[in-house]
Amino acid sequence: MKIKPLQIIAHIILILGVLLMVVPIWISFASSSHDSVTILTEGMKFHLGDQLARNYNEVLNEKGGWSEEVTAAKMFINSFIMALGIATLKVVISAMSAYALVYYRFKLAVPIFWLIFITLLVPLEVRIFPSYKIVSDLGLTNSYTGLILPLVASATATFFFRQFYKTIPDELLESAKLDGANAWSFFIDFLVPLSKTMIAAMFIFMFVYGYSQYLWPLIMTTAEEYWTVVMGMKIIYTESYEGVALPRTAERFAYIILSMIPPVLVVVFLQKWFIKGLIQTEK
Amino acid sequence: MSFLDLKNVTKIYPNGTKAVHETSLSVDEGEFMVFVGPSGCGKSTLLRMVAGLEDITEGDINLDGKLINEVDPSERDVAMVFQNYALYPHMNVYNNLAYGLKNRGIDKETIEQKVNDAAKLLQISDYLQRKPSMLSGGQRQRVAMGRAIVRNPKIFLFDEPLSNLDAKLRIQMRLEIKKLQQKVGVTSIFVTHDQVEAMTLADRLAVINNGIIEQLGTPIEIYDNPKSLFVAGFIGSPQMNFLDGNIKNKTLSAEGFEIKDIDSDFEGEVKLGIRPEHLSQSENSLINLKVDLVEQLGSDNLVYGQLKDKKDFCYRCPGNLTIEKGADLSLNIENNKYYIFDKSTGKRVN
Repeated sequence: MKIKPLQIIAHIILILGVLLMVVPIWISFASSSHDSVTILTEGMKFHLGDQLARNYNEVLNEKGGWSEEVTAAKMFINSFIMALGIATLKVVISAMSAYALVYYRFKLAVPIFWLIFITLLVPLEVRIFPSYKIVSDLGLTNSYTGLILPLVASATATFFFRQFYKTIPDELLESAKLDGANAWSFFIDFLVPLSKTMIAAMFIFMFVYGYSQYLWPLIMTTAEEYWTVVMGMKIIYTESYEGVALPRTAERFAYIILSMIPPVLVVVFLQKWFIKGLIQTEK
Repeated sequence: MSFLDLKNVTKIYPNGTKAVHETSLSVDEGEFMVFVGPSGCGKSTLLRMVAGLEDITEGDINLDGKLINEVDPSERDVAMVFQNYALYPHMNVYNNLAYGLKNRGIDKETIEQKVNDAAKLLQISDYLQRKPSMLSGGQRQRVAMGRAIVRNPKIFLFDEPLSNLDAKLRIQMRLEIKKLQQKVGVTSIFVTHDQVEAMTLADRLAVINNGIIEQLGTPIEIYDNPKSLFVAGFIGSPQMNFLDGNIKNKTLSAEGFEIKDIDSDFEGEVKLGIRPEHLSQSENSLINLKVDLVEQLGSDNLVYGQLKDKKDFCYRCPGNLTIEKGADLSLNIENNKYYIFDKSTGKRVN
């Protein structure tokens, strides 16, 4: 087969893109296998060192934080629970609210939709004090509920589900009605299976969104047992050297590598549906 | 009271459009009724009111002796075949057929039995495990019918189910629907805008225009004896020829010819209707046609041309007659088969 110049250029661009994504991850990984002093004095490394096992073991098991109570493993679990809760509830709530908006033609459906849509303009960071006030008045600080609940309403997902449901022909609903389906069974038997690729795609987006939350958990949690990964990155692995706080760089790199694993797993596991969901044409 | 009874049924949409005017109609048990009319005439709306998919603004619908105005569609025991089939895309054929039965809480073995019977009847047993997207148009059509049959409903409703098929398949499915209906013996209403479909399928035919039933009767009654200008023009292919005329003292004078001793006391402006197939060439000619175009269908020729007053006219003759473009034909009306309509009201007067 003859290779065309255009193909070569395309491949060069693609390879550059891949390098741009992969090299930082590799540097992090390589650096996580040296000891901190080396990294601090010599900078980041391209080649593997001999401290790999020690660093990772340390990260996973060492208790950190102010009260030396929380381990990285615990923070991964916290973040995982938070992300899972946010993603699941976001998908469920958005799918159901979109169902109501599309299929129940009550008068306020359109204004309500726009009201939901407007919340896109008010992200959590903007309303963080009122949100905090509400959650704290409810006594939900330092709890998974408090971490998850304020983040579960999603205008984006509602919008996508709404657009999808609108493409489903009315005859399907009518036919299902004649076949004896009620409102609930139409949702479960038809809309959910028809939108499962969409659900997978939304789930991934929302999982990554939940996993990478920083400001909200930082404000919400005072007890270390509820710390999440992104917060931990800043707070732990600092040690004091002659009165100056020095970062334990190698462990931080190990921590970063570990923190990438859960979202990567979710993407790998759901990617088949995820891609279908983004390029969906089958109906 | 007959099996399905519509009494002064009216549909007015929220925006004020009156889609169906006070319509009364009864369908007997086992009868194949066809609603035919141009698009937007209200025939589908009428059907959908029977199905329960549209609210009834006024009037009553009784099915099998029970008033069903307020009955939920799922409780009416009707089955409907939609124009685009509305198969459930994520379920295989088996589940498409079984879904309605499952919702009625029928046990698994009975469902399997019924689905297999229906599949056999429609010759779709081989595709039961396939998804609708893997089926051809004709197969989808069968699945849609299977979904209706399997529930053994009181009444079948067909909403233009053949219009998505190609011409050959349409004729084939038309036959199959008719056969199937006779075999299963279930009361059916079939909506179509295609008058050939309507004529071939119907036991009785309702010609609908602007939300009003213009005429109700067997296909032959309607063809032979159209009661209005609309019905005359709608039923029959190619369309009936219409000429302007005037009646005085039982004599109809049209442009270029006269018909004496007509069977009507009407006087005034009329439309004279002559079907293309009721004409023949003869010596004592009534109508002179200058031929523009001949369509040879094999068994028949459709001859298009103009009369003296430049009016378009069509004549249907056997296919073995050779007619050249530009020829002058002298035509006569066979057996006095002509129709006269009051020009102002459109009502038949002879």
